[in-house]
This record gives sequence, C-alpha cells and structure tokens, in this order.
Amino acid sequence: MNAQATAPGGALDNPGVPILEMRGITKRFPGVVANDHVDFDVRAGEVHTLFGENGAGKSTLMRVLYGLYHPDEGEIWIGGQRVTIHSPAAAIHHGIGMIHQHFMLVDTLTVAENVALGTRSARGPLTGLDVVSARIRQLSEAYGLRVDPQAFVWQLSVGERQRVEIIKALYRDVAVLVLDEPTAVLTPQEVEDLFTVLRRMARNGRALVFISHKVREVLELSDRITVLRNGRVVGTLPAAKATRARLVEMMVGHQVATEEPPPRGTTGEPTLLVRDLHVRSDRGTEAVRGVSFDVRAGELVGIAGVAGNGQRELAEAIAGLRTPVAGSITVGGIELGGRGPAAARAAGLGYVPEERMRDGVVTEFSVADNLLLVDYRSRAYARFGFLRRGAIRRHCQELVDAFNVKTPSLETPARNLSGGNIQKLIMARELSAHPRVLLVAQPTRGIDVSASLYIHQRLIAQREDGTAILIISEDLDEIMTLSDRILVMYEGTIIGAADPRTTSREEIGMMMAGVHPGTPSAATQPSAVAGASPI
Amino acid sequence: MLGWLAIPSALLGALVLGAVMMLALGANPLTGYRALLVGAFGGSYALGSTAFQAAPLLLVGVGICIAFRANVFNIGGEGQIAMGGLAGAATALAFPELPSVVLIPLVLLAGTAGGAIWGAIPGFFKAQYNVNEILSTIMLNLVAVQVMNYLLAGPMVDHSQASVGGLIPETQLLSRNAWLPILVPGTQLHLGVLIAVLVAIAAYLLLWRTTFGFRLRAVGLSRDASAYAGMPVKRTIVWAVTLSGAACGLAGSILVFGSISHRMVTDGSLTGFTGSAGFNGIVVALFGGLNPLWTIVSAFLFGGLIVGGSALQVATGVPSDLVTALSGIVVVLVVSLEYLRRRARSQSTALAAFGGANPPTLRRGEPPPAAAVGGDGA
Repeated sequence: MNAQATAPGGALDNPGVPILEMRGITKRFPGVVANDHVDFDVRAGEVHTLFGENGAGKSTLMRVLYGLYHPDEGEIWIGGQRVTIHSPAAAIHHGIGMIHQHFMLVDTLTVAENVALGTRSARGPLTGLDVVSARIRQLSEAYGLRVDPQAFVWQLSVGERQRVEIIKALYRDVAVLVLDEPTAVLTPQEVEDLFTVLRRMARNGRALVFISHKVREVLELSDRITVLRNGRVVGTLPAAKATRARLVEMMVGHQVATEEPPPRGTTGEPTLLVRDLHVRSDRGTEAVRGVSFDVRAGELVGIAGVAGNGQRELAEAIAGLRTPVAGSITVGGIELGGRGPAAARAAGLGYVPEERMRDGVVTEFSVADNLLLVDYRSRAYARFGFLRRGAIRRHCQELVDAFNVKTPSLETPARNLSGGNIQKLIMARELSAHPRVLLVAQPTRGIDVSASLYIHQRLIAQREDGTAILIISEDLDEIMTLSDRILVMYEGTIIGAADPRTTSREEIGMMMAGVHPGTPSAATQPSAVAGASPI
Repeated sequence: MLGWLAIPSALLGALVLGAVMMLALGANPLTGYRALLVGAFGGSYALGSTAFQAAPLLLVGVGICIAFRANVFNIGGEGQIAMGGLAGAATALAFPELPSVVLIPLVLLAGTAGGAIWGAIPGFFKAQYNVNEILSTIMLNLVAVQVMNYLLAGPMVDHSQASVGGLIPETQLLSRNAWLPILVPGTQLHLGVLIAVLVAIAAYLLLWRTTFGFRLRAVGLSRDASAYAGMPVKRTIVWAVTLSGAACGLAGSILVFGSISHRMVTDGSLTGFTGSAGFNGIVVALFGGLNPLWTIVSAFLFGGLIVGGSALQVATGVPSDLVTALSGIVVVLVVSLEYLRRRARSQSTALAAFGGANPPTLRRGEPPPAAAVGGDGA
C-alpha cells in the first residue's frame, strides 16, 4: 500500500496531464521487434484502449509496464517522474494494477483472503480479515461490484472472479489499471456490468488501460484509442472520431469489406443427429447433460455460450475423442458414439479443433506432412504402404494454393506458420476430404481479421455445397453472422434455440447467462427443461 | 544451424577433454589419438574388428531410433539382446542339422522374434495403461538376466563340459551351420555386419517412406494430433517398441553366431553377454541424430573407439576405460547442445505465437530450416 505517492486524487487536479507515460518503448526478441518505439500515455479519469490484432504488441507493451519484460529502449514516467520497473512488485509499488486474462486467484481461499494476499495487514501480525472484509463491502457498494467477501473463490463464476480481481486493484488503490482482454470470458450482460464499473472507476480519477481487439467494445468504452500494428503505433485518436471501418483499417493496414450475413441456403436431410448426449469432463463431472439437436445438409448451426459450459466436451464427443456416458451421435445414419475418431472420420466427419496447435497439427511436421495427416493412407498419397512423394507434393501444392496458405515452402514446419495460416491449413485438409458433416470449434479465435474473413467465406461456400456444418464459438458476433440457426449452451444443456435474423444479441446473451427463453424474470431457473430437445 | 553443428562440436569437445585427461595422466595426447585412430581404422584387420564391434551397436541404435521416433524411450536393449540371443541359440540347439541357407535365416529370425516379444511387453503396458516405459524396460532387463542365467545353467547348458564345481553356464558349441560366414577372409567382418547395415537402410525407408513410418513419427511428435487425425495411437506405440526390441533381438542373435566362441556364455551379468551394447546403442543412436542412416556412421565410429581403445592403452599406458569416458562425454555434450537448440527454438516458437500474422521466420527471410540432425529428418 503506497497510496500517498500515486494517489489518483493529485492527478485529478490536472486532467490533461498524463499520469503514466511510456516513451519510445522498444522491445526486441530474437528475430522480432515486438514493440518498436512505442509512445503511449494515459491520463487520470480516462479509458485509453490499446487496440490491435493478436501479435500487434499490445500485451508486450503492458508486460513491459508491469515489469515482466525489460525494454531494450525507452522510458516510463509516472506522475512526472522517470521510473524503472524491474518487477511486478515494483509496478504495484508505483500504483499499477493489472488484470490478466487468466485470473491470479487462489481457489481455496476466500475472497477476503485473496484480496489481503500480498498487502500489509492493518492489525500487525494478525490477518485483520474483518477489516479487509469491511473494506471489500464498502468497495462493492461504491462500485456496484457484487461480491461476498466470505465466499471461496472456487465457488465463484468467471464473472465474479473478475470482480474479485477488480476489487483487489481497488483495495490496493491503484492509479493505473490495465485490463487485458477482460471481456473474453463474459456474457454480453456481464460485459455491460463490467463497463459500468470501469466508467465509474474512471470518473473517480483512475486511469484505465483497456486491451481489446473487439471493435464494438472499444467504441463503446474508450475515451481514446491507440492502434498498434506489427509493434508500431499506427495512431492515437479520440473515440469520438473513431468509426468501426476506420479502426479496422488502422488495425490491418488496408480496407476490409464489412461482413454481410450470408443468404440462407436450402437445407436437405438431417445429417448430424445428436440425441440425449451425456459426456463427462476430465474432472469426471457431467459436462454435457442430455443434449439433442440435428444439423441438416446445407445448414450451418452455431453453438453459442460462455466458455466452459460443455461446448468442448460436446465437440470432442462428436469427433470421437471422448466417449459419451450415454446418448447417441450419428453422421449420415452411422452411429459414432464411443467408436473413436477414425470411425467418425470414416462416417464423413471433418473436424477443425479448438486447440489447433495441440490437436490440429503436428507442429514439428512440415506443411505437406500436416496436409496428409488424416488421409496419409489414401490412394492419392500412398501405394502399397509407401508414400508417393511426387503425388503428395502436387496435391499439397494444390491445397496450399487453393486455400491461400501463406508458407515459404511445403517443407516449412507448421510451427513457423501464423495462427491464421495454420487454421487455413487445417481447413484445407479437412475440406479436401469432402466431409458430410463439418465440426468447427472456435473457427477464428486468435486469428487476424483477413484470415478470419477468408475462413468465414470458406465455411459459407462449404454450406452451399451441402455440407452440414456445426460451429462452436465463444464469439457471439461470429455466431450471429454465420449461423442459420443458433443453439445456446448453458451448464451442459442447450438452453434455447434462436434464429439470428429475428433474435437480438441481448436475448441470446440472456440465454448464455442461463435465463430460459420466454422467462419473464431475470432469475436463473433450475434446468427443468434441460433435456428438452430444441429442434 | 546449431542442429548440424551439435554433433561434430560434441565430438570435438570430447576429444579436447580426452586430451586434457591424457595430459593429466602424463601421456601425450597426440600419440594416444594416433594409436587410437590406427588401431581402429588402420588396415583391413582393424577395419574388420571395428565393423565387428559396430554391428550390434548399429542394430541396437536402429531399434532406439525407431522407439525414440515414436517418443518411447527403450532402455531395455540389454534384456532384448539377451532374449534374442537365447531364442537364436535355442533354435540352433533344436535344429542343428538344418543346412546353413535355412538355419542362418532361422536363428536370426528367432532372435528377432525373441527381442520383439521382450519389446512388445513394455510397449503394450505403455500404450494400454501408460506405464512408464523407462521403468518397465529397465525392470525387464532384470528379468531377462535371470531367465538367461537359468536357461544357460539349466535347460540349455553344455553337459559335456562338467567341471569340478559343476557345469559352466554356457551352451555347447553351436551348430556350424548357424555360424555367420566371414565376408573378408583374415578379418572378423562377418555377415552380421552387412545385415545390420541393410536393416538400418530398411529402417530409414520404413520411417520416412512408408505410411507406417509417417504414422509412427506423427504419434511420436504429437499423440493428441495423431489421435484427432484418426490414427491408431496405441497400436502404433506397441509396434514401435516391438520393432525396437526386434532390432535388439537380432543384435543378440548376431552376437551369438558371430562370436569367436560360437557359444552363448553368461558370467551372470547381462553386460558379460552384450558388452553393454544395449546401452551404448542409445549413445550411438543419439549421436546419429536418431536417423538410422547417420546411425550407421555413428556405430562405426563408436565401434572404432572400442577397438582403438586397446591400442591406445598399449601405446600410452592410459587405461582403455578412457574411451568409455569419451563416449560418455560425447553423450553429455550432444544432449546439452540439443537442449540448447530446442530452447532457442521454443523461444522463437513462442514468439511466432506473439508475432501472429508475421511469424519471425518469415520476417527474417530465413530459408526453411533444413532437416536438422536430431530434428525431423524428413
């Protein structure tokens, strides 16, 4: 606790003066300049957004600020004084707080204990947790952060954990709070609540740095926006002058066509049938609890939901990687449940996995080898058990060209490709097998804008070709844009179905938060209708 | 770049350290190394002896390559060699009258099968129950030595050679029809050397030119991605260790039928029979970058060290154990350099994730990394 040195009160007197300034920050890694003479400042009382694609250098800059990286060049000034930040402890000492994407909380401790960790107790050698709890209640009241200080962290939802992190920062009275992609794990309503709290914090004179690549949120929350691209500052502009098109253009460096929802195609027979499916998670709890739905040929169904509501287990069960406890999965009339990934593929399933670096590619294998990872025994690639190297080269070159995979050569190891190109490689492989059913988990997570657009176009084209497509995504915009029909998953059940053309984001957001469609009150209902088929 | 340099620099480093040790022992390193070189490679007899020593090392090394490529650490080469030797010897004892053209392939196949079974056991437990293969293979070495001592002192013992204290634990002189023919008269170069080289070439083709090898390497590099792609991961792992054991078993058979005594003898330890080939083969494979073709070169180098070691002792009075130390140093250096290389690479991989749309390798305009020794030789 060092509220004196950096109390936000002082800075409030001069709202135009930056409370924090980073000047000419350069951070090099072998072969990469992650930050190239970046200037960034934030004033008390404002929300200053760092906007850019994955890998633009946002996180690196904030890691420099938080003492996790040491800059090769550049200066950091706080409250008019030049400082050197060697460690997170030093950053905390200077009144900087950071909320990471992965929360830094001890599950087995209470909220109050977590907040007290690393701070000096008001009661000497005793913990003084009652004092801490009282202060937490006070802060909850003041900022509208509903948290019970006596609750154990493991009992809390993701949104509540994030509130604890914010309370931690408030308890330490930080002058500058950095939030690294804080909305990724929240429902739309929770995002609204978070923004309300953040605005209140700014009004109280704190400086907030918001890191995001979601244009909608950036425009809604920010006072100023700094766009980073390839480690450099493209520009800083007041939010009032920013538009969606302008920001995206600054982010990617060229104009990007806005995505129109595709026209709805004609659908055929139900091709993927899931009936009363129950699947256990790795921890042994039932993660999927009685899910039933159909996907028809030529139909694109999106599964929306906050992370961790059983989507991963559902996908793995359909792909044959996880044995269901009960229920049935059929592709083109062939029962798959528990028969493994080879059987699923034989029945005509293509699968683009969520963890593309772990499951989607063998990172040490070349681009070519990864392209034949599934079909290596097919007649196109092998004869009498021997690989046909010439034929493989030709096929792979065709696929790389057809799917616009940017790679120096076919022999380049997959690990050297960017996320977008790896995803295109996986799509090329899965689509070249002409699947009847295509399951795509998080199609564009962590992928740059142009590659995302390309992947969306490919999915639409595949739907037009009559493939039944199931997309599981935590990006609601993506689901809304692509889907013919949306199913919302909540706590292992499909809580409701929606037509993206007639349903609002808010309605879907309510379902993601566990409110059944048609329920008038906002109260969460017990899953009485959980097993009901939303078909 | 370091990938290519790791192996020669490790060798150079080991030689420098060896020179320091010789100086400390009061010997002239130049004289020592000269003696070692001439002893190992000077003349046809020396070369024949080197090849004789290299054959079992090469076969074990190839087996290690196959297992390691599937990400299984087969430390059970010693036991697999012994089981292969026993199976081969038992076959020769059972069918001594068969003509050479039949009996030689038969005893070699029997040895291969014996090692394969001894490899399949830990392979099965690894694949099915995820039993740590380092523990299970090394434990099976302990079982194998007991089996060997029991068989050689009991059912397979040579009753004609009763001594004062009882029976010597060895087989009778094995059928002449099973002896591996000497390829170059006046040397120790026998058919087993040729077979070992052919097996190494076959293993290379298996790993890099067949669908099975493709699957094996995929499973070795990423079990998750292989399972996701629909590959039979467990079966592949069992096969990899089985083949690894088969190569070691073949080495055992060649040790018996290419030996000077043409008996299978035990002094109560595995090393007494194998000459530690089951462990040295790991060194040979690592030094060969886990590529069967480079392992040929590596095996002859280490075979030369064994042969040259005695010449070194004669010339300088430095104990031939020095070469054991040398090969140990080589392993430490190879493994450390490989570790450094991987760390450098994982750092740049992490940055590729950072670099997002612009991975560092593309930005640097580097040519795609060539098939580095120790990396993927494809």
